[in-house]
Amino acid sequence: MQPLSSWLKARWPWLAVLACLTLAPAFLNKFYLGLMVQVFILAVFALSYDLLMGYSGILSFGHAMFFGSGAYVVGLLLKGAAWPLYAVLPVIIATGALMGVLVGIVTLRVRGVYFAMITLAFAEVIYILSASSQLRPWTGGDEGLHGIPVPAWMSPTAERVTFYYISLSFLVLMYFLARRIVNSPTGRVLIAIRENEARAATIGYNVFWYKVLIIVISGVLAALAGGLNALYFRNATPEVLGVGRTIDALLMTIIGGMGTLIGPVLGAVVIRVLGNYLADWFGPRWPLVFGLIFVALVMFFPWGIVGTLRQRPLRGLAQWIKRLSRGAGQKAS
Amino acid sequence: MSALLEVQDIHTYIGQFHILEGVSLAANEGEVTVMLGRNGAGKTTTLRSILGLTPPRSGSIRFAGKEIGGLPTYSVAQLGIGYVPEDRGIFTDLTVEENLKIAERAKGDLDRKADLVFGLFPDLKRLYRLKGGQLSGGQQQMLAMARALVPDNRLLLIDEPTKGLAPVIVEKVMETIHQLKETVTVLLVEQNFFVASDIGDRCYILDVGRTVHTGAMADLERDEALVQRYLGAVA
Repeated sequence: MQPLSSWLKARWPWLAVLACLTLAPAFLNKFYLGLMVQVFILAVFALSYDLLMGYSGILSFGHAMFFGSGAYVVGLLLKGAAWPLYAVLPVIIATGALMGVLVGIVTLRVRGVYFAMITLAFAEVIYILSASSQLRPWTGGDEGLHGIPVPAWMSPTAERVTFYYISLSFLVLMYFLARRIVNSPTGRVLIAIRENEARAATIGYNVFWYKVLIIVISGVLAALAGGLNALYFRNATPEVLGVGRTIDALLMTIIGGMGTLIGPVLGAVVIRVLGNYLADWFGPRWPLVFGLIFVALVMFFPWGIVGTLRQRPLRGLAQWIKRLSRGAGQKAS
Repeated sequence: MSALLEVQDIHTYIGQFHILEGVSLAANEGEVTVMLGRNGAGKTTTLRSILGLTPPRSGSIRFAGKEIGGLPTYSVAQLGIGYVPEDRGIFTDLTVEENLKIAERAKGDLDRKADLVFGLFPDLKRLYRLKGGQLSGGQQQMLAMARALVPDNRLLLIDEPTKGLAPVIVEKVMETIHQLKETVTVLLVEQNFFVASDIGDRCYILDVGRTVHTGAMADLERDEALVQRYLGAVA
């Protein structure tokens, strides 16, 4: 056991952030608390994506299917079947895991971009199913399910502070779970597989099942995030299954830094908070501005914000400024 | 002397190319068996075929009396075959320690083998916390061999361990392989005939995907014409 003081010393920035987040409800109004809740939910979704892409090198274009399925499980069981919430939780986990196993077994026969394409197809099938008019009596078709009954004690509107703490605890819990997985021997094997599958196999690892395992874990995390999302918005619409959701996860992970876990969390903050302000300032054209910012971020932070800062603090930015000023000088002469 | 590994007339294709057109060889327990041959003769493909990385279409591969042809790579490895590939196969994002630990097949393998591993490669102790990518070529080669010794492997397949290394290091690597003989059986691919001849017991020469010569290393050393013909050895 290391002494408490050194433990604190190594982690004080995190504890400070956590303390700020814990005290936030005292300072933020309902709207900003809601925004934070969305950030936390998206952050878990991004985390789950990072486990796949960042740590295991599995590029999936269908991650929304896990998120959306979690949302629809909540919608169908709470609204349609009037189940109690505690009974829904294991179903969300089971759904995420089952889908992970299925997707893994079917699609892991192919690799890289082919795997990505098949996951995209998978997700689109589920998306189309969710919006199909034949299933309207159950899923609400393209309108989705609205007015999902949420227990009064955690109502996202009346008890927003409670909901805020639930989401914050959810994020913290999932973050430590992901950290634990990444730092475990299994996590090392996943990094090895990301680097070179054949090498991992020649040491004696069954690469296939390790990949299925991480897809399952990642799928469960994403499904839980989707479930909480449905509780917060009290709805589940085809949009949560759409390819746009997957792109969100991809962007958050890339902006924050692949394979860092904390990066995607930061990415979620950037995307959701920046998106909110940009929409305020620029109206419906905000994605255009966001696109420009994204390009700039990728140029200055090629390994994501966290990844780049870890590798070479701010050197990229400094180099660019130097190059720009040199360019200006040449023009002048 | 019984053959720990017996490869019989294997034919391997990569895509539509017929790379191995009948390779046969045997590695006897406790010996260093050397596979010689020019570039493109099929030496590496033979090792990869044994490991199931490029499974042969026909022929048989027996290890410790058991047919292993057609088994997936991880199963072959779990039977006790270690592989030290030409590119060393170090995981660059993992530390030296993690690279060794990941090779454990049973919990505590590394602790049990610590004396052997660090006896042969004392430098690794000093480099323990460095990432694989930070090591020099020679250090990576040491780590790759050390890693193959962590689990209870009975056979090591070592592919051109001296490639791209400075002459001093080459000597060290060869010395180490010579010492390995006491612990495991070695099947070694080596282009450098003079390096190989010092430590090999038996040798096989491959040429365009076929085994063209089999014999004791000592006999080959005296057969200059043969060496000239298949290896174009520099005098």
